[in-house]
Amino acid sequence: MNHDASRRPGARAALRRVWGLVYRHLALYRRSWPRVLELMYWPVLQMLVWGFVTSWLASGRYGAAEVGAGLLLGGVLLWEVALRSQMGFSISFLEEIWSRNLGHIFVSPLRPRELVAGLMAMSVIRVVVGVAPAMLLAWALYHFGIFAMGPVVVAFFIALLLMGWAVALGVTSLILRYGAGAEALAWSVLFGLTPFSAVFYPVSVLPAWLQPVALALPAAHVFEGMRAALLEGQVAWHHLAAAFALDAAWLALMAWVFLQQFQAARVRGALLNIGE
Amino acid sequence: MQPPAILAEALTKRYRDDAPPAVDRLSFTMPRGATWGLLGGNGAGKTTTIAMLLGLLVPSSGRVVVLGHDMARDRFAALARMNFSSPYIALPHRLSVAENLRVYAHLYDVPQAERRIAELAAQLQLTDLLDRPAGQLSAGQKTRVALAKALVNRPELLLLDEPTASLDPDTADWVRSWLERYRAETGCSILLASHNMGEVERLCGHVLMLKQGRVVDQGSPAALQERYGRDDLEEVFLDIARGRNREAVAP
Repeated sequence: MNHDASRRPGARAALRRVWGLVYRHLALYRRSWPRVLELMYWPVLQMLVWGFVTSWLASGRYGAAEVGAGLLLGGVLLWEVALRSQMGFSISFLEEIWSRNLGHIFVSPLRPRELVAGLMAMSVIRVVVGVAPAMLLAWALYHFGIFAMGPVVVAFFIALLLMGWAVALGVTSLILRYGAGAEALAWSVLFGLTPFSAVFYPVSVLPAWLQPVALALPAAHVFEGMRAALLEGQVAWHHLAAAFALDAAWLALMAWVFLQQFQAARVRGALLNIGE
Repeated sequence: MQPPAILAEALTKRYRDDAPPAVDRLSFTMPRGATWGLLGGNGAGKTTTIAMLLGLLVPSSGRVVVLGHDMARDRFAALARMNFSSPYIALPHRLSVAENLRVYAHLYDVPQAERRIAELAAQLQLTDLLDRPAGQLSAGQKTRVALAKALVNRPELLLLDEPTASLDPDTADWVRSWLERYRAETGCSILLASHNMGEVERLCGHVLMLKQGRVVDQGSPAALQERYGRDDLEEVFLDIARGRNREAVAP
Protein backbone atom coordinates (compact mmCIF):
# COMPACT_ATOMS: atom_id res chain seq x y z
CA MET A 1 0.00 0.00 0.00
CA ASN A 2 1.32 3.38 -1.03
CA HIS A 3 1.29 6.28 1.34
CA ASP A 4 3.70 8.78 -0.17
CA ALA A 5 1.82 11.67 1.43
CA SER A 6 3.08 10.81 4.91
CA ARG A 7 6.71 10.86 3.66
CA ARG A 8 6.70 14.33 2.12
CA PRO A 9 8.43 17.27 3.75
CA GLY A 10 6.01 18.89 6.18
CA ALA A 11 6.10 22.47 4.93
CA ARG A 12 5.59 21.54 1.29
CA ALA A 13 2.69 19.25 2.12
CA ALA A 14 1.17 21.96 4.35
CA LEU A 15 1.41 24.54 1.56
CA ARG A 16 -0.25 22.12 -0.82
CA ARG A 17 -3.13 21.53 1.61
CA VAL A 18 -3.60 25.29 1.96
CA TRP A 19 -3.56 25.58 -1.84
CA GLY A 20 -6.16 22.78 -1.99
CA LEU A 21 -8.54 24.87 0.06
CA VAL A 22 -7.83 28.02 -1.97
CA TYR A 23 -8.26 26.08 -5.23
CA ARG A 24 -11.64 24.86 -4.00
CA HIS A 25 -12.87 28.44 -3.60
CA LEU A 26 -11.31 29.72 -6.82
CA ALA A 27 -13.03 26.89 -8.70
CA LEU A 28 -16.29 27.93 -7.07
CA TYR A 29 -15.87 31.57 -8.16
CA ARG A 30 -14.96 30.48 -11.67
CA ARG A 31 -18.33 28.77 -11.92
CA SER A 32 -20.44 31.38 -10.16
CA TRP A 33 -20.39 34.89 -11.63
CA PRO A 34 -22.95 36.23 -9.10
CA ARG A 35 -20.41 35.50 -6.36
CA VAL A 36 -17.73 37.48 -8.22
CA LEU A 37 -20.16 40.33 -8.83
CA GLU A 38 -21.09 40.36 -5.15
CA LEU A 39 -17.41 40.81 -4.25
CA MET A 40 -17.30 44.13 -6.11
CA TYR A 41 -20.88 45.25 -5.64
CA TRP A 42 -20.74 46.88 -2.19
CA PRO A 43 -17.33 48.55 -2.47
CA VAL A 44 -18.30 50.05 -5.84
CA LEU A 45 -21.73 51.12 -4.54
CA GLN A 46 -20.19 52.71 -1.45
CA MET A 47 -17.68 54.52 -3.59
CA LEU A 48 -20.42 55.86 -5.89
CA VAL A 49 -22.60 57.15 -3.03
CA TRP A 50 -19.78 58.68 -1.02
CA GLY A 51 -18.03 59.88 -4.14
CA PHE A 52 -21.01 61.99 -5.19
CA VAL A 53 -21.38 63.32 -1.63
CA THR A 54 -17.70 64.21 -1.78
CA SER A 55 -18.04 65.92 -5.17
CA TRP A 56 -20.83 68.06 -3.80
CA LEU A 57 -18.83 68.96 -0.67
CA ALA A 58 -15.75 69.75 -2.71
CA SER A 59 -17.62 71.98 -5.15
CA GLY A 60 -15.95 75.05 -3.63
CA ARG A 61 -18.64 76.78 -1.65
CA TYR A 62 -17.45 75.32 1.60
CA GLY A 63 -13.76 76.28 1.68
CA ALA A 64 -11.89 73.51 3.45
CA ALA A 65 -14.48 71.02 2.33
CA GLU A 66 -12.21 69.71 -0.41
CA VAL A 67 -9.80 68.32 2.13
CA GLY A 68 -12.67 66.86 4.12
CA ALA A 69 -13.97 65.22 1.00
CA GLY A 70 -10.63 63.45 0.53
CA LEU A 71 -10.84 62.20 4.09
CA LEU A 72 -14.28 60.77 3.40
CA LEU A 73 -13.18 58.91 0.29
CA GLY A 74 -10.02 57.63 1.99
CA GLY A 75 -12.11 56.44 4.91
CA VAL A 76 -14.57 54.64 2.68
CA LEU A 77 -11.84 52.88 0.70
CA LEU A 78 -9.73 51.84 3.67
CA TRP A 79 -12.70 50.69 5.74
CA GLU A 80 -13.76 48.49 2.82
CA VAL A 81 -10.41 46.70 3.20
CA ALA A 82 -11.27 45.70 6.77
CA LEU A 83 -14.86 44.80 5.86
CA ARG A 84 -13.90 42.69 2.82
CA SER A 85 -11.06 41.04 4.72
CA GLN A 86 -13.37 39.93 7.52
CA MET A 87 -16.17 38.86 5.17
CA GLY A 88 -13.76 37.11 2.81
CA PHE A 89 -12.54 34.89 5.64
CA SER A 90 -15.92 34.27 7.30
CA ILE A 91 -17.89 33.69 4.11
CA SER A 92 -15.30 31.26 2.74
CA PHE A 93 -15.78 29.24 5.95
CA LEU A 94 -19.56 29.50 5.57
CA GLU A 95 -19.30 28.22 1.98
CA GLU A 96 -18.05 24.93 3.43
CA ILE A 97 -21.06 24.76 5.74
CA TRP A 98 -23.52 25.63 2.97
CA SER A 99 -22.10 22.94 0.71
CA ARG A 100 -22.19 20.39 3.60
CA ASN A 101 -18.51 19.75 2.93
CA LEU A 102 -17.03 20.48 6.37
CA GLY A 103 -17.10 16.81 7.38
CA HIS A 104 -14.79 15.95 4.50
CA ILE A 105 -12.51 18.88 5.24
CA PHE A 106 -12.16 18.01 8.92
CA VAL A 107 -11.36 14.33 8.28
CA SER A 108 -8.65 15.26 5.81
CA PRO A 109 -5.09 15.92 7.03
CA LEU A 110 -5.75 19.69 6.83
CA ARG A 111 -4.68 21.13 10.20
CA PRO A 112 -6.77 23.91 11.81
CA ARG A 113 -3.89 26.37 11.27
CA GLU A 114 -3.82 25.42 7.57
CA LEU A 115 -7.57 25.92 7.36
CA VAL A 116 -7.04 29.39 8.81
CA ALA A 117 -4.18 30.07 6.36
CA GLY A 118 -6.40 29.03 3.43
CA LEU A 119 -9.22 31.28 4.62
CA MET A 120 -6.75 34.17 5.02
CA ALA A 121 -5.49 33.63 1.47
CA MET A 122 -9.09 33.68 0.19
CA SER A 123 -9.67 36.84 2.19
CA VAL A 124 -6.74 38.58 0.46
CA ILE A 125 -8.03 37.52 -2.96
CA ARG A 126 -11.52 38.79 -2.13
CA VAL A 127 -10.15 42.10 -0.85
CA VAL A 128 -8.15 42.68 -4.04
CA VAL A 129 -11.05 41.72 -6.33
CA GLY A 130 -13.53 43.74 -4.28
CA VAL A 131 -11.60 46.92 -3.50
CA ALA A 132 -9.51 47.39 -6.67
CA PRO A 133 -12.52 48.35 -8.85
CA ALA A 134 -13.64 50.85 -6.18
CA MET A 135 -10.15 52.40 -6.17
CA LEU A 136 -10.16 52.70 -9.94
CA LEU A 137 -13.61 54.27 -9.79
CA ALA A 138 -12.46 56.80 -7.18
CA TRP A 139 -9.58 57.76 -9.43
CA ALA A 140 -11.62 57.84 -12.67
CA LEU A 141 -14.70 59.66 -11.38
CA TYR A 142 -13.44 61.81 -8.53
CA HIS A 143 -9.69 62.10 -9.23
CA PHE A 144 -8.97 60.65 -5.81
CA GLY A 145 -5.90 58.44 -5.70
CA ILE A 146 -5.52 56.60 -2.40
CA PHE A 147 -1.81 56.06 -3.09
CA ALA A 148 -1.28 59.84 -3.10
CA MET A 149 -0.84 59.38 0.67
CA GLY A 150 2.44 57.66 -0.11
CA PRO A 151 3.77 54.15 0.59
CA VAL A 152 2.31 54.31 4.10
CA VAL A 153 -1.05 53.40 2.58
CA VAL A 154 0.27 49.84 2.10
CA ALA A 155 0.85 49.64 5.87
CA PHE A 156 -2.71 50.93 6.43
CA PHE A 157 -4.04 48.22 4.12
CA ILE A 158 -2.11 45.49 5.93
CA ALA A 159 -3.15 46.72 9.39
CA LEU A 160 -6.83 46.71 8.38
CA LEU A 161 -6.49 43.33 6.67
CA LEU A 162 -5.12 41.88 9.93
CA MET A 163 -7.92 43.46 11.93
CA GLY A 164 -10.45 41.89 9.54
CA TRP A 165 -8.88 38.47 10.15
CA ALA A 166 -9.00 38.91 13.92
CA VAL A 167 -12.72 39.76 13.78
CA ALA A 168 -13.32 36.90 11.33
CA LEU A 169 -11.63 34.41 13.68
CA GLY A 170 -14.05 35.60 16.38
CA VAL A 171 -17.04 35.22 14.04
CA THR A 172 -15.90 31.75 12.94
CA SER A 173 -15.52 30.76 16.59
CA LEU A 174 -19.12 31.82 17.20
CA ILE A 175 -20.23 29.77 14.18
CA LEU A 176 -18.37 26.76 15.60
CA ARG A 177 -20.09 27.38 18.94
CA TYR A 178 -23.62 28.24 17.78
CA GLY A 179 -23.75 26.70 14.29
CA ALA A 180 -24.91 28.35 11.09
CA GLY A 181 -27.46 30.29 13.19
CA ALA A 182 -24.60 32.69 13.92
CA GLU A 183 -23.88 33.28 10.24
CA ALA A 184 -25.61 36.70 10.17
CA LEU A 185 -22.64 37.95 12.22
CA ALA A 186 -20.43 37.43 9.19
CA TRP A 187 -22.17 40.37 7.53
CA SER A 188 -22.94 42.57 10.48
CA VAL A 189 -20.28 42.44 13.16
CA LEU A 190 -17.74 44.81 11.63
CA PHE A 191 -20.42 47.33 10.67
CA GLY A 192 -21.18 47.45 14.40
CA LEU A 193 -17.59 48.55 15.04
CA THR A 194 -17.75 51.42 12.52
CA PRO A 195 -18.81 54.13 15.05
CA PHE A 196 -15.83 53.30 17.29
CA SER A 197 -13.28 52.90 14.53
CA ALA A 198 -12.92 56.64 13.83
CA VAL A 199 -13.32 56.04 10.12
CA PHE A 200 -14.86 59.43 9.27
CA TYR A 201 -14.02 61.52 12.35
CA PRO A 202 -11.17 61.64 14.89
CA VAL A 203 -11.26 59.70 18.14
CA SER A 204 -11.42 63.04 20.02
CA VAL A 205 -14.98 63.55 18.72
CA LEU A 206 -16.16 60.54 20.74
CA PRO A 207 -17.25 60.96 24.37
CA ALA A 208 -14.31 60.59 26.76
CA TRP A 209 -15.56 57.29 28.17
CA LEU A 210 -15.76 55.81 24.68
CA GLN A 211 -12.32 56.86 23.54
CA PRO A 212 -10.44 53.98 25.24
CA VAL A 213 -12.76 51.56 23.39
CA ALA A 214 -11.87 53.22 20.08
CA LEU A 215 -8.17 53.26 20.89
CA ALA A 216 -8.27 49.51 21.59
CA LEU A 217 -9.19 48.96 17.94
CA PRO A 218 -6.41 48.92 15.32
CA ALA A 219 -8.72 50.69 12.86
CA ALA A 220 -8.92 53.87 14.98
CA HIS A 221 -5.12 54.21 14.80
CA VAL A 222 -5.08 53.53 11.08
CA PHE A 223 -7.64 56.27 10.42
CA GLU A 224 -5.88 58.71 12.73
CA GLY A 225 -2.78 57.92 10.69
CA MET A 226 -4.67 58.44 7.44
CA ARG A 227 -5.84 61.88 8.59
CA ALA A 228 -2.29 62.80 9.56
CA ALA A 229 -1.08 61.74 6.11
CA LEU A 230 -3.81 63.60 4.24
CA LEU A 231 -3.98 66.77 6.36
CA GLU A 232 -0.37 67.19 7.46
CA GLY A 233 1.51 65.09 4.94
CA GLN A 234 3.13 63.17 7.83
CA VAL A 235 3.40 59.54 8.79
CA ALA A 236 2.06 59.12 12.33
CA TRP A 237 4.42 56.33 13.26
CA HIS A 238 3.08 55.99 16.79
CA HIS A 239 -0.42 55.32 15.45
CA LEU A 240 0.93 52.84 12.92
CA ALA A 241 2.92 51.02 15.60
CA ALA A 242 -0.15 50.96 17.88
CA ALA A 243 -2.29 49.57 15.05
CA PHE A 244 0.12 46.68 14.40
CA ALA A 245 0.64 45.96 18.10
CA LEU A 246 -3.13 45.82 18.62
CA ASP A 247 -3.50 43.63 15.53
CA ALA A 248 -0.96 41.19 16.98
CA ALA A 249 -2.75 41.13 20.33
CA TRP A 250 -6.23 40.70 18.84
CA LEU A 251 -5.05 38.05 16.38
CA ALA A 252 -3.35 36.06 19.14
CA LEU A 253 -6.45 36.28 21.34
CA MET A 254 -8.89 35.37 18.56
CA ALA A 255 -6.67 32.52 17.30
CA TRP A 256 -6.72 31.12 20.83
CA VAL A 257 -10.52 31.49 21.01
CA PHE A 258 -10.84 29.79 17.60
CA LEU A 259 -8.69 26.82 18.64
CA GLN A 260 -10.61 26.51 21.92
CA GLN A 261 -13.94 26.51 20.08
CA PHE A 262 -12.65 24.07 17.47
CA GLN A 263 -11.63 21.66 20.22
CA ALA A 264 -14.93 22.22 22.07
CA ALA A 265 -16.82 21.44 18.84
CA ARG A 266 -14.89 18.16 18.60
CA VAL A 267 -15.91 17.32 22.17
CA ARG A 268 -19.59 18.21 21.64
CA GLY A 269 -19.79 16.48 18.27
CA ALA A 270 -20.73 19.78 16.62
CA LEU A 271 -18.49 19.13 13.62
CA LEU A 272 -20.90 16.36 12.61
CA ASN A 273 -23.89 18.68 12.20
CA ILE A 274 -22.60 22.22 12.17
CA GLY A 275 -24.97 23.21 9.36
CA GLU A 276 -27.97 22.92 11.63
CA MET B 1 4.65 -6.84 12.90
CA GLN B 2 2.23 -4.27 11.48
CA PRO B 3 -0.06 -2.60 14.00
CA PRO B 4 -3.75 -3.38 13.51
CA ALA B 5 -5.91 -1.22 11.25
CA ILE B 6 -7.96 -0.10 14.26
CA LEU B 7 -7.49 -0.64 17.96
CA ALA B 8 -10.31 0.67 20.14
CA GLU B 9 -9.90 0.37 23.89
CA ALA B 10 -12.85 0.99 26.23
CA LEU B 11 -14.04 3.75 23.91
CA THR B 12 -16.78 5.76 25.57
CA LYS B 13 -18.70 8.85 24.48
CA ARG B 14 -21.11 10.64 26.73
CA TYR B 15 -22.67 13.78 25.17
CA ARG B 16 -24.26 14.86 28.46
CA ASP B 17 -23.49 13.90 32.02
CA ASP B 18 -27.13 13.09 32.75
CA ALA B 19 -27.67 10.95 29.65
CA PRO B 20 -26.62 7.35 28.99
CA PRO B 21 -23.43 7.06 26.94
CA ALA B 22 -23.84 6.99 23.16
CA VAL B 23 -20.90 4.56 23.05
CA ASP B 24 -20.07 2.56 26.12
CA ARG B 25 -16.65 0.94 26.68
CA LEU B 26 -16.33 -0.26 23.09
CA SER B 27 -13.24 -2.40 22.53
CA PHE B 28 -12.12 -4.20 19.40
CA THR B 29 -9.05 -4.87 17.31
CA MET B 30 -9.56 -4.87 13.56
CA PRO B 31 -6.66 -6.52 11.72
CA ARG B 32 -5.08 -5.18 8.54
CA GLY B 33 -6.70 -6.16 5.28
CA ALA B 34 -10.00 -7.14 6.88
CA THR B 35 -13.50 -5.91 6.03
CA TRP B 36 -15.61 -5.44 9.10
CA GLY B 37 -19.20 -4.34 9.50
CA LEU B 38 -20.69 -2.13 12.16
CA LEU B 39 -24.33 -3.06 12.61
CA GLY B 40 -26.99 -1.66 14.86
CA GLY B 41 -30.31 0.11 14.87
CA ASN B 42 -30.77 3.85 14.86
CA GLY B 43 -29.06 5.34 17.91
CA ALA B 44 -26.93 2.25 18.50
CA GLY B 45 -23.75 4.33 18.33
CA LYS B 46 -22.45 3.61 14.81
CA THR B 47 -22.07 7.23 13.70
CA THR B 48 -20.54 8.24 17.03
CA THR B 49 -18.07 5.36 16.77
CA ILE B 50 -17.06 6.28 13.22
CA ALA B 51 -16.71 9.96 14.20
CA MET B 52 -14.35 8.98 17.04
CA LEU B 53 -12.34 6.73 14.72
CA LEU B 54 -11.96 9.70 12.35
CA GLY B 55 -10.96 12.12 15.09
CA LEU B 56 -14.06 14.28 14.41
CA LEU B 57 -15.24 13.57 17.92
CA VAL B 58 -13.19 13.40 21.10
CA PRO B 59 -14.00 10.33 23.25
CA SER B 60 -15.06 10.91 26.86
CA SER B 61 -12.68 8.12 27.78
CA GLY B 62 -10.84 5.27 26.15
CA ARG B 63 -8.42 5.24 23.27
CA VAL B 64 -8.35 4.83 19.50
CA VAL B 65 -5.21 3.82 17.63
CA VAL B 66 -5.49 3.85 13.83
CA LEU B 67 -2.71 2.28 11.73
CA GLY B 68 -0.44 2.62 14.76
CA HIS B 69 -1.24 6.31 15.36
CA ASP B 70 -2.91 7.34 18.61
CA MET B 71 -5.80 9.55 17.48
CA ALA B 72 -5.55 11.71 20.59
CA ARG B 73 -1.96 12.75 19.86
CA ASP B 74 -1.21 12.00 16.25
CA ARG B 75 -4.45 12.08 14.32
CA PHE B 76 -3.21 13.93 11.24
CA ALA B 77 -0.63 11.21 10.50
CA ALA B 78 -3.46 8.66 10.58
CA LEU B 79 -5.83 10.86 8.56
CA ALA B 80 -3.32 11.06 5.70
CA ARG B 81 -3.42 7.26 5.44
CA MET B 82 -7.16 6.72 5.72
CA ASN B 83 -10.31 8.10 4.12
CA PHE B 84 -14.03 8.24 4.57
CA SER B 85 -17.19 8.31 2.52
CA SER B 86 -20.74 9.00 3.57
CA PRO B 87 -23.84 9.88 1.57
CA TYR B 88 -24.69 12.34 4.34
CA ILE B 89 -21.68 14.56 3.66
CA ALA B 90 -21.72 16.22 0.26
CA LEU B 91 -19.06 17.44 -2.11
CA PRO B 92 -19.38 21.04 -3.32
CA HIS B 93 -22.15 20.95 -5.93
CA ARG B 94 -20.90 23.73 -8.18
CA LEU B 95 -17.45 22.25 -8.62
CA SER B 96 -16.97 19.74 -11.41
CA VAL B 97 -16.10 16.14 -10.55
CA ALA B 98 -12.48 16.75 -11.61
CA GLU B 99 -12.24 19.95 -9.53
CA ASN B 100 -13.62 18.16 -6.48
CA LEU B 101 -11.13 15.33 -6.87
CA ARG B 102 -8.31 17.82 -7.43
CA VAL B 103 -9.19 19.63 -4.18
CA TYR B 104 -8.91 16.39 -2.22
CA ALA B 105 -5.77 15.33 -4.10
CA HIS B 106 -4.21 18.57 -2.81
CA LEU B 107 -5.58 18.15 0.72
CA TYR B 108 -4.12 14.63 0.87
CA ASP B 109 -0.93 15.72 -0.93
CA VAL B 110 -1.35 13.01 -3.55
CA PRO B 111 1.65 12.74 -5.89
CA GLN B 112 0.88 12.93 -9.63
CA ALA B 113 -2.65 14.02 -8.85
CA GLU B 114 -3.89 14.26 -12.45
CA ARG B 115 -2.74 10.73 -13.19
CA ARG B 116 -4.42 9.42 -10.04
CA ILE B 117 -7.68 11.22 -10.92
CA ALA B 118 -7.65 9.78 -14.44
CA GLU B 119 -6.93 6.32 -13.02
CA LEU B 120 -9.82 6.52 -10.54
CA ALA B 121 -12.13 7.98 -13.17
CA ALA B 122 -11.39 5.03 -15.45
CA GLN B 123 -11.86 2.48 -12.66
CA LEU B 124 -15.12 4.00 -11.40
CA GLN B 125 -16.52 4.85 -14.86
CA LEU B 126 -16.35 8.58 -14.24
CA THR B 127 -14.25 9.67 -17.21
CA ASP B 128 -17.22 11.12 -19.11
CA LEU B 129 -18.41 12.91 -15.97
CA LEU B 130 -15.20 14.67 -15.01
CA ASP B 131 -16.32 18.06 -16.35
CA ARG B 132 -19.87 17.84 -15.00
CA PRO B 133 -20.78 19.80 -11.83
CA ALA B 134 -21.14 17.37 -8.92
CA GLY B 135 -24.62 18.73 -8.16
CA GLN B 136 -25.94 17.58 -11.54
CA LEU B 137 -25.15 13.90 -11.03
CA SER B 138 -27.55 11.06 -10.25
CA ALA B 139 -27.41 9.33 -6.86
CA GLY B 140 -25.40 6.45 -8.33
CA GLN B 141 -22.95 8.79 -10.02
CA LYS B 142 -22.55 10.79 -6.78
CA THR B 143 -21.78 7.59 -4.90
CA ARG B 144 -19.07 6.72 -7.42
CA VAL B 145 -17.60 10.24 -7.11
CA ALA B 146 -17.67 9.97 -3.31
CA LEU B 147 -15.83 6.66 -3.59
CA ALA B 148 -13.26 8.25 -5.91
CA LYS B 149 -12.76 11.02 -3.33
CA ALA B 150 -12.37 8.40 -0.59
CA LEU B 151 -9.76 6.51 -2.63
CA VAL B 152 -7.80 9.46 -3.97
CA ASN B 153 -5.00 9.04 -1.41
CA ARG B 154 -4.83 5.23 -1.77
CA PRO B 155 -6.03 4.79 1.81
CA GLU B 156 -4.87 1.88 3.91
CA LEU B 157 -8.10 2.14 5.90
CA LEU B 158 -11.44 3.07 4.43
CA LEU B 159 -14.42 3.99 6.61
CA LEU B 160 -17.72 3.78 4.76
CA ASP B 161 -21.01 4.96 6.18
CA GLU B 162 -23.95 3.44 4.30
CA PRO B 163 -21.99 3.08 1.04
CA THR B 164 -25.03 2.04 -1.00
CA ALA B 165 -27.79 4.07 0.66
CA SER B 166 -30.38 5.34 -1.83
CA LEU B 167 -28.92 3.39 -4.74
CA ASP B 168 -30.96 1.15 -7.02
CA PRO B 169 -30.18 -2.61 -6.64
CA ASP B 170 -28.14 -2.74 -9.85
CA THR B 171 -25.92 0.22 -8.92
CA ALA B 172 -25.62 -1.00 -5.33
CA ASP B 173 -24.47 -4.40 -6.61
CA TRP B 174 -21.91 -2.72 -8.86
CA VAL B 175 -20.52 -0.74 -5.89
CA ARG B 176 -20.28 -3.87 -3.73
CA SER B 177 -18.50 -5.82 -6.47
CA TRP B 178 -16.13 -2.94 -6.95
CA LEU B 179 -15.34 -2.74 -3.23
CA GLU B 180 -14.73 -6.49 -3.08
CA ARG B 181 -12.33 -6.29 -6.01
CA TYR B 182 -10.59 -3.19 -4.64
CA ARG B 183 -9.98 -4.78 -1.26
CA ALA B 184 -8.65 -7.97 -2.87
CA GLU B 185 -6.30 -6.00 -5.12
CA THR B 186 -4.97 -3.50 -2.58
CA GLY B 187 -5.28 -5.15 0.81
CA CYS B 188 -7.08 -2.05 2.10
CA SER B 189 -8.88 -2.49 5.43
CA ILE B 190 -12.55 -1.50 5.30
CA LEU B 191 -14.95 -0.74 8.13
CA LEU B 192 -18.47 -0.14 6.97
CA ALA B 193 -21.63 0.85 8.75
CA SER B 194 -24.74 -0.28 6.97
CA HIS B 195 -28.38 -1.14 7.44
CA ASN B 196 -28.28 -3.43 4.44
CA MET B 197 -27.78 -6.91 5.84
CA GLY B 198 -27.21 -8.48 2.44
CA GLU B 199 -24.40 -6.05 1.86
CA VAL B 200 -22.78 -6.82 5.22
CA GLU B 201 -23.11 -10.58 4.65
CA ARG B 202 -21.48 -10.26 1.27
CA LEU B 203 -18.65 -7.87 2.10
CA CYS B 204 -17.75 -8.37 5.74
CA GLY B 205 -15.69 -11.12 7.30
CA HIS B 206 -16.56 -9.94 10.78
CA VAL B 207 -19.49 -8.02 12.22
CA LEU B 208 -19.79 -5.95 15.39
CA MET B 209 -23.41 -5.85 16.55
CA LEU B 210 -24.04 -2.63 18.47
CA LYS B 211 -26.91 -1.86 20.78
CA GLN B 212 -27.13 1.15 23.07
CA GLY B 213 -23.48 1.89 22.45
CA ARG B 214 -22.20 -1.54 23.35
CA VAL B 215 -21.01 -4.51 21.35
CA VAL B 216 -23.65 -7.10 22.17
CA ASP B 217 -22.27 -9.74 19.85
CA GLN B 218 -19.71 -10.21 17.14
CA GLY B 219 -18.37 -12.74 14.70
CA SER B 220 -18.51 -13.68 11.06
CA PRO B 221 -21.98 -13.43 9.45
CA ALA B 222 -22.09 -17.24 9.17
CA ALA B 223 -21.07 -17.72 12.82
CA LEU B 224 -23.72 -15.22 13.99
CA GLN B 225 -26.42 -16.92 11.94
CA GLU B 226 -25.44 -20.27 13.35
CA ARG B 227 -25.30 -18.93 16.89
CA TYR B 228 -28.82 -17.52 16.66
CA GLY B 229 -30.15 -20.36 14.55
CA ARG B 230 -31.18 -18.02 11.79
CA ASP B 231 -31.01 -18.23 8.01
CA ASP B 232 -29.77 -14.72 7.42
CA LEU B 233 -28.19 -11.77 9.14
CA GLU B 234 -31.37 -9.71 9.03
CA GLU B 235 -33.08 -12.15 11.39
CA VAL B 236 -30.06 -12.04 13.69
CA PHE B 237 -30.22 -8.24 13.61
CA LEU B 238 -33.94 -8.31 14.54
CA ASP B 239 -33.30 -10.78 17.38
CA ILE B 240 -30.67 -8.47 18.81
CA ALA B 241 -32.62 -5.26 18.21
CA ARG B 242 -35.71 -6.72 19.89
CA GLY B 243 -33.78 -8.09 22.82
CA ARG B 244 -34.13 -11.80 22.02
CA ASN B 245 -30.88 -13.29 23.18
CA ARG B 246 -29.15 -16.14 21.45
CA GLU B 247 -30.14 -18.73 24.08
CA ALA B 248 -33.80 -17.82 23.71
CA VAL B 249 -33.82 -18.09 19.94
CA ALA B 250 -31.42 -21.01 19.48
CA PRO B 251 -33.19 -24.27 18.59
